[in-house]
Amino acid sequence: MDIAFVSQIVVSGLILAVIYALVAVGFTLFVGVFNVLNFSHGDVLMFGAFAGFTAFLPLAGLGVTSPFLQLVLVTIASVTCTIALGLIVARFFILPLKGAPLLNTLLITLMLATVIREGVRLFYPRGSNPKSFPALLPTDFVSIGAINVRVDTIMLIFAGLAIIVATGALIERTRFGLAIRAVAQDEETARCMGVNYRLVVLGAFALGSGLAACAAMINGLYYNEVNYSMGLMLAIIGFCSAIIGGLGNIAGAILGAFIFAGLQIVGSLFMPFSSAYSDVFAFAVILVLIALKPTGLIGERVSERV
Amino acid sequence: MSVTTRNGMRDRMFAAFALVATTLLCFAFGRALLTVNDERIVVALLVTLAAGIVLAERRVTRAPDSALVRGAVSTAPAAVLLAIVALILVFHANHFALLLICTLLIYVTVALGLHLQFGYAGVLNFAGAAFFGIGCYTAAVLTQLAWLPHPVVMVLGGVFAALIGLALLPPVLRTRGHYASVVTIAFGVLFTTFLEINETFGGAQGMHVAGLSLFGFDMTRNIRLSPGVTLSFYFGYAVVALLLAVGAFALVTRIERSWIGLTLDAVRLDETRSACFGIDLARWKIFAFCLGNFIIGVAGALFGMLMSFIAPPNFSFSASLMLVAIIILGGIGNRWGVLLGATLIVLVPERLQTIQEYRVLLFAALIVGLLLIRPNGLAPRRMRRYFGEGSA
Repeated sequence: MDIAFVSQIVVSGLILAVIYALVAVGFTLFVGVFNVLNFSHGDVLMFGAFAGFTAFLPLAGLGVTSPFLQLVLVTIASVTCTIALGLIVARFFILPLKGAPLLNTLLITLMLATVIREGVRLFYPRGSNPKSFPALLPTDFVSIGAINVRVDTIMLIFAGLAIIVATGALIERTRFGLAIRAVAQDEETARCMGVNYRLVVLGAFALGSGLAACAAMINGLYYNEVNYSMGLMLAIIGFCSAIIGGLGNIAGAILGAFIFAGLQIVGSLFMPFSSAYSDVFAFAVILVLIALKPTGLIGERVSERV
Repeated sequence: MSVTTRNGMRDRMFAAFALVATTLLCFAFGRALLTVNDERIVVALLVTLAAGIVLAERRVTRAPDSALVRGAVSTAPAAVLLAIVALILVFHANHFALLLICTLLIYVTVALGLHLQFGYAGVLNFAGAAFFGIGCYTAAVLTQLAWLPHPVVMVLGGVFAALIGLALLPPVLRTRGHYASVVTIAFGVLFTTFLEINETFGGAQGMHVAGLSLFGFDMTRNIRLSPGVTLSFYFGYAVVALLLAVGAFALVTRIERSWIGLTLDAVRLDETRSACFGIDLARWKIFAFCLGNFIIGVAGALFGMLMSFIAPPNFSFSASLMLVAIIILGGIGNRWGVLLGATLIVLVPERLQTIQEYRVLLFAALIVGLLLIRPNGLAPRRMRRYFGEGSA
C-alpha cells in the first residue's frame, strides 16, 4: 500500500465522517429536546438534496453562470426547503404526539420517512433514477509531496468541520443553546424558568434539519449524485453513530460518526473477500459495541437506564 | 324447565345463529373481494367492511354481555375458519384466487409472530422481513437436498430464523426503547445488503426454490381427483398455509389466555414493576422474540416454496415496515386485528391495481393519519376480563 492510496482512503473517510457527524448531531438534538427518535431525518435530508438539485436546473437558463453564485443559491434553496420540511414534521406530526407511547412516535417518524421517500420516488420526474448533482467547486488537484488531493474535497471537509464547530459554539455559548440544554436536562424546570418550550423544540428541529441540508450538500457535491434512497442509509448510520457516542450528547455524536466512518474504511481496506462487505462489517461491529456499551461511549450524564 | 336451562338454550340458539351469520358474511365478503373485477365495487366492499366494523364495535362496547354478542364472540374463530375453508373449496380450481388466499394466510402467520413480539412482550422488531427472508433462503438451500422432507425444511426455516435472532439478543436485551429499535433496523438493512453482495445465495439475482411436496404429493402440478374435478396446484399450498395460520393463531390464543400471556403483558406495561415482582425480564423477552421469529421463519419457508423464486428486494426494510403496518392497522395486541390488517395490506392492493404502485406510500400515510387520530389502531385490544363468562 503506497502513501498516495492510503491518503486517498483517509480523505474519503474524513468526508464520510463529516457527513455522518452532521446527521448524527441532528438526531442527538431531537432526542435531547423531545426524546424522539426521528427517523424521518434521513429522508428530510434526501428531500433537501433534491431541492438543491432542482434549484440548480433553471440557474443556467436564468443567466447565473458563476459557479460560486450557483453554489450559494443552491445551498440557500436546499437549507430553506429542508428546514421548512423539518419544521412541518415537528409541528404537525411530532409535537402532537407529546406524551404518547414511545412506539407511536417511533412509528410515525418511520412512516413519515416512508411517505417522503415514496413521494419523491413516485412524483419527482423520473424520481427512481439517480440524478447527477452538479460539481460546483473547483476540481483541480493540489499536491503535498506524493499526495494528490482534490481541492473541492479539502474545501468540503473544512466546511463541514466549520459547521460542526459553529453548531457546538451555538449550543454552548448562546442563549438559544442554553435553552436547548435546559430543555434537554429538565423540561419542566426549564418551562418554570420561562423557557418557551415549543419554540425551543421547533428551533432545535430547524437547527437539526439545517445541518441535514449541509450534509446533503456535502454528499451531493462530493459524490455528484443524489437518489431517493440515500436518506434511509444515512439515517441509520447517523443514528448508530449517535447511539455509540451516547444519545443526547453532541461530542458523542461526532465521535460516533468518526468511529463509523473509520470502521467502513478499515472494512474496505482489510476485508478478505471484497470491499463490498465494508458496510456489513461496520454494522456488525456497531451492533457489538451497542451490546457492550448500551448507553454509548460517552454515557449520558443523567442516566435512568439500569 | 328452570330459568337457567331456558337461558342456556337461548344462548345456544343465539350462538348458532351468530355462527351461521358470521360464516356467511365472511364467506360472501371474501368471495366478492377475490372475484370482483370492477375496482369501484372493491372500494364499495371496503367501505361496507369499515361500516360493519364500526357498527359491530359499537354494539360490543354498548352491550358486552348480551347473548348475541357473547354468541358472536365465542363462535367467531370457528366462523372465520369455516368461511376460509369454504373459500378454498369453492376456488379449488382458480389459481389466482388460491394464490391470494395463500399469500394472505402466510402474512397472517407472519403478523401473528410479530404480534407476539410487539403486542405481548413489547419487544420491537423492525426486521420482520429479514427473518421472513431467512426462512425463505433456508427453504431455497435445503430443498436442494432431495432426501430432506419438506415439513422438516419448514421447521428448520423457523429454527434458523430463531437462531439468527438469538445472535441479535445481546444488544436488544441490554438496550431499551430507542436503542433496541435501532438494533433491529440496522440488522434489517444489513441483511438485505448482505444478500445483495453475497454470491453463495444468488446475490441480487435471487434464488430458485423447489416447490413443496408433501407425503409424495408434488404440489407444483394440478391434482386430478376424478375426471370432472381438478384441483389447482395452489390448493395444497392453501391447505398447508391454512394449517399454519390456524396453528399460529391457536398458539397465540393459548399464550394470551395463560399465565405466560399475563407475564408478557406485565413485562410490556412496566418493566421495573415486573422485575420487582420477580419476573425475569430477559427470559420472557427472549421467549417472545425467538418464538415470534420461529413463526415468521416457518411462514417464510412456505412462502419461498409458494413463490418458487426469491430475491433480496422482497425482504427490504420497507417490507419490514409493511409487516409492522399490518399489526398497527389492525390494532396492536389484538390478534383479530391481524386478520383485518393483513386483508387491507396484502389483499387490497392486489385487487385495486390502480393503487398497487402507490401502496407503500398510501399505507404509510394511512398509518401516520391513524396514529394522529386513533392511536390504538382500527380494532384496539380490549381490556382483559377476569370474571364472568368468556373472560380472557
